[in-house]
Amino acid sequence: MDLVDNLALGFSTALQWQNVLFCLLGVALGTAVGVLPGIGPTAAIAMLLPITFGFDDPTSALIMLAGIYYGAQYGGSTTAILLNLPGESSAAVTAIDGHRMALAGHAGTALAVAAIGSFVAGTVATVVLAVAAPPLSRAALSFGAAEYFSLVVLGLIASIALASGSTLKALGMIVLGILLGTVGQDLYTGAPRFTFGLRELYGGLNFVSLAVGLFGVAEILRNLHDPRTRQRIVRRVTNLWPSRADLRRIVGPVLRATGIGSALGVLPGGGHVLASYASYAVEKRISRHPERFGRGAIEGVAGPESANNAAAQTSFIPLLTLGLPAHPVMALMVGAFIIQGITPGPDVMNDQPALVWGLIASMWIGNVLLVLLNLPLIGLWVRMLTVPYSILFPTIVVFACIGTYSLGQNPYHVLAVAFFGVLGFVLVRSGCEPAPLLLGFVLGPLLEENLRRALLISRGDPSVFLTRPISAVLLVLALVALVVTALPAIRRKREVVFAEDE
Amino acid sequence: MGPGYVPLALGAVLAVLGVATVVKAYVAPDLAPEEVSTAVEDGRASDGGGAAEPEDAVRPLAGIKWRPLLFVMAGIVFFAYTVDGLGLLPASFGAGLLAALAGSRLPRALLVSAGLTVASYIIFVVLLQLRLSLVGDWLGG
Repeated sequence: MDLVDNLALGFSTALQWQNVLFCLLGVALGTAVGVLPGIGPTAAIAMLLPITFGFDDPTSALIMLAGIYYGAQYGGSTTAILLNLPGESSAAVTAIDGHRMALAGHAGTALAVAAIGSFVAGTVATVVLAVAAPPLSRAALSFGAAEYFSLVVLGLIASIALASGSTLKALGMIVLGILLGTVGQDLYTGAPRFTFGLRELYGGLNFVSLAVGLFGVAEILRNLHDPRTRQRIVRRVTNLWPSRADLRRIVGPVLRATGIGSALGVLPGGGHVLASYASYAVEKRISRHPERFGRGAIEGVAGPESANNAAAQTSFIPLLTLGLPAHPVMALMVGAFIIQGITPGPDVMNDQPALVWGLIASMWIGNVLLVLLNLPLIGLWVRMLTVPYSILFPTIVVFACIGTYSLGQNPYHVLAVAFFGVLGFVLVRSGCEPAPLLLGFVLGPLLEENLRRALLISRGDPSVFLTRPISAVLLVLALVALVVTALPAIRRKREVVFAEDE
Repeated sequence: MGPGYVPLALGAVLAVLGVATVVKAYVAPDLAPEEVSTAVEDGRASDGGGAAEPEDAVRPLAGIKWRPLLFVMAGIVFFAYTVDGLGLLPASFGAGLLAALAGSRLPRALLVSAGLTVASYIIFVVLLQLRLSLVGDWLGG
């Protein structure tokens, strides 16, 4: 039985004591940063990414990053529930009922339910991932350059579909990201592009500088600029363990959400956000008391949190099998893979089984640690919420500087952080979201390489993208996604969907 | 196709998108969802400079507060230019001080940056064992 062997290999890797330790450290750090108001998983990972560069063993580094991811996500939910300040769109759904529960004195129950739901969903989704990944990666090996190109196009277009705000600007951000990705020497001819005679630019822009600047520093600038009004902080967290009746009420939502999340997480482009909303909508629809939603319904916390976590798990599927990041966090993971000298894709699964299965197993272990660590430590995380921002942000700035500098002992990378920090700030204030830019930057080189390779093979005949069936289907899907997002009627409805529950 | 093919094509696409964005900003500016219905009814959808901006609406670039922006940037740039010469510890202290000044007065900023220099020494040098020069050539390290 392949699956059992693979999982056994994974667990034997992930359960090595140092890997468990790194996973634990990652979860703790991720929660600590994710709990900070206004910092979502993407920003948290971007800030913590540099810490893992010093590791010799890529497996440990990636396991720690996966831990950071889960921790950050859970930390974000904690802030959403206690402070009504979701750091990322997927936690926004949790905030609706979670914060109401907290205000009503059930903060402990809301936090516990979120953790338990996430754990159950994560466990199931890990199995889904382990079952689905190998056949998919075998299928991916038959993909040629044309198929890859079309797949990247689909992924990029799909990522707009769920971005809030202007479709036009999101498209522009993607193109700008791809353009930034072309900086440096051309792959085929070695000709320098957009280097302006600067030797430092020949190697291209550094991914970490871009991510830390666009998300970490820009976020700080934004917070300093528009200090958020003091929210009602729920400091007292009591009655952690949910009652038997509460547990019975969340069984159904958690299981349904796990299914929804696992399926939607595989979609490129923000499937986890969609999963949270879909789960909330489903629970509200089938509930016998839909009027309780928005007033502190426990199902409204359990469902979206579970869906979110299941989707987080299965969004590793496109990353591990195709090398395609499904959302910005996965794009950061690709960056981490590449820094560790590994190109994610179908080959990784065959060449480095210990790494892939170790990573998959460590996700489950990360979920266990999350429950074990976070429930007892909730008091500590709540205290983190009260650390003044005037201490936090200089710390983040300096850590970001040291982390990026340590990457190659190259001060130029640090300068790039400043540049992208300002760029990110300007973009956000102009209503452009930086997330599509990051996806474009990561996927851009892949897009160009496969486009040119496909055209080389077809001797310059562009019809190759339409005559190969898989490629044609993917491009048609991309076109459909674009039309659906751009149509004003549907867009308005989409805005209503997002606005309805606020 | 040469090395310039993809950048040229992308540049053309970006230019088109840019023009489209500008045109759209005049014809139908992005509004917050709750404003969409009222704005269309009032026929002021094309009125880009509404006086009362809603909380989450797109804010123009005007009215930027320069202090936080300049100090945070100064901190990062200071680090970039001095980390090789002064070494890790002085560069961190300086960067932290400049960044902290974006939000606090001098005495408090000194305290914060001293604390975080110690913290970054513990985290990056002791725990993560990064091989960085702590005190650089300029200071005779």
